[in-house]
Amino acid sequence: MTTTSLNQLSGKERFSRWVNARRKWIFAAPAMIFTAILIGFPIGWTLYLSVTDAKGSVRSPADFIGFENYLDVLTDVDRFWPAALRTGVFTFGALAVELIAGMCIALLLWRPFKAQKWVRVAILLPFVATPVAIAMMWRLIFDPNIGFANRLLGWVGIPPQPWFSEPATTLPTLMFVDIWEFTPMIAIILLAGLTSLSDEPDEAARIDGANAWQRFWFVTLPLLRPVVLVAVLLRSIDALKTFDLLYVVKGQGGGSFHEAETLNIYVYGLSFKYNDFGTASAVLIIFFLMILFVMWLLTFRRKGAKL
Amino acid sequence: MTQKNSGQAVPVRHKRPARRRAYSAFRGTMIVLVVLAFLVPLAWMVMASFKTNVDIHDTSKSFIFTPILDNYSHVLGNDNYLGFVWNSFWVAFCSTGISLLIGVPAAYSMSRFNMQKSALLVLLARIIPGVSLLVPWYYVFANLGWVGGYGVLIVSHMFILIPISVYIMMSFFDSMPIELEEASLVDGLTPIGAFLRILLPLSVPGIATAGILSFIFSWNNFMFALVLSGANTKTLPVAVFDFVSYASIDWGAIMAAACIMTLPIIVIALFAQKYIVSGLTAGATKG
Repeated sequence: MTTTSLNQLSGKERFSRWVNARRKWIFAAPAMIFTAILIGFPIGWTLYLSVTDAKGSVRSPADFIGFENYLDVLTDVDRFWPAALRTGVFTFGALAVELIAGMCIALLLWRPFKAQKWVRVAILLPFVATPVAIAMMWRLIFDPNIGFANRLLGWVGIPPQPWFSEPATTLPTLMFVDIWEFTPMIAIILLAGLTSLSDEPDEAARIDGANAWQRFWFVTLPLLRPVVLVAVLLRSIDALKTFDLLYVVKGQGGGSFHEAETLNIYVYGLSFKYNDFGTASAVLIIFFLMILFVMWLLTFRRKGAKL
Repeated sequence: MTQKNSGQAVPVRHKRPARRRAYSAFRGTMIVLVVLAFLVPLAWMVMASFKTNVDIHDTSKSFIFTPILDNYSHVLGNDNYLGFVWNSFWVAFCSTGISLLIGVPAAYSMSRFNMQKSALLVLLARIIPGVSLLVPWYYVFANLGWVGGYGVLIVSHMFILIPISVYIMMSFFDSMPIELEEASLVDGLTPIGAFLRILLPLSVPGIATAGILSFIFSWNNFMFALVLSGANTKTLPVAVFDFVSYASIDWGAIMAAACIMTLPIIVIALFAQKYIVSGLTAGATKG
């Protein structure tokens, strides 16, 4: 029956049957091939370069030197380890503040009020606005002489601060900008989570006599855990890779004392300033393994965690 | 009895509204403070773009000053700025369009047939640091003679946008009942016909969400364009950054350039707030 009807079909119909039967892969193929080539090729290439002494032009022949680059990088206490430490401090310091402040803001905006929509639009602006513009804006605000930050401090009687212009205050100031930029994003994700919660568990706890703090800590927060985890995942992935802000404020090398040099900035300099592709590749592989490790730490107890 | 009861009830009745009023006053104040904390810096940027450089330096003219348009006319007139606006728009438009074309069917397949591992491959692109791709890409694209053209920027942006589209559309298709398709198959449509004629029209809100977010991400991207664009294909963030390096003291013009760069995104945010929020929280609220 099937064979006879297949024989009677025209070429076009047969083609459309063939396509329909394989739509699962035909639909997915372009995205997968594109991603595989654009990721697979660079990773293979990076792995290869990381065991060579590639320098100067990418085109010049490089010699195989084994794990020398990795050894050099892992024993480099001048640039690599401080950069790795800075990456960690920047990411997890900012993330911790963003989570707590974001949660407070989400709870504040949770129950409906007048102008709720406008408040939401207002706090949407920091993290959708172009990061380069935001970075420049903060460079002006934190300018030690003409910036708004020191004027504000002057009004409340606090002496002017150096902000971005001293190595010691640069990283905390950069973290402040990151917190300003991305606390709203965490708040909006958590707010969406709160809004999608059912009221019943909260009501039940209220009837049982739980106070507001108990209801938040023992009822709302556990229900919100998956949303919190997604927010933490999204934010930590992007914060680990922060580039725009650091580069616009401090440029290549993270300033004259490398005070803003995270792994991302370090690798960029190694690649595009010093053309030291062998070392850069080794740092990249280590950096990538670190990111994967962090992702694994955050998700290892949760099956099928989405990014 | 009546006396005793009313004696108890009165303070209770009085106490609760008073506490509630105090709370809502406190909440209102806090909301205003939060909004100010996020808007004042942006307002400072906008105000500086309308100030002369003398006024920017003047402490007494923090908020009260005579607005001027010179910064804007300087930026728009001198620096081929409109050309950079066009570059940003064209790259964002093309990369968003192609990403949706590739990403939407892929998301459909991955959602319907539960292709977890394939989805993970695409989402891996979200984790990988962009720098790690730049050296290999630069090498290949330079050999192809593409560096400095639009194509290389569009392809590199697609690398960020395809995962976004797939991610948003997957959670969108996940929430669509499978009965929709089954009904249209019973009515005689082929599976692809059902996708094109029934599901796609119904997914317009999801596609709008993915498209808007993709456009914003492409418009805002800095690192890929910094390395891969040429003098004539520079996108706005790179052009404005270059502007800083040779005009580092002209804060008025820099802020005007920054404002022009951010304006389209603010307009999008005002009109498409709902879509941006639902795109950012796609998947998050389902857990």
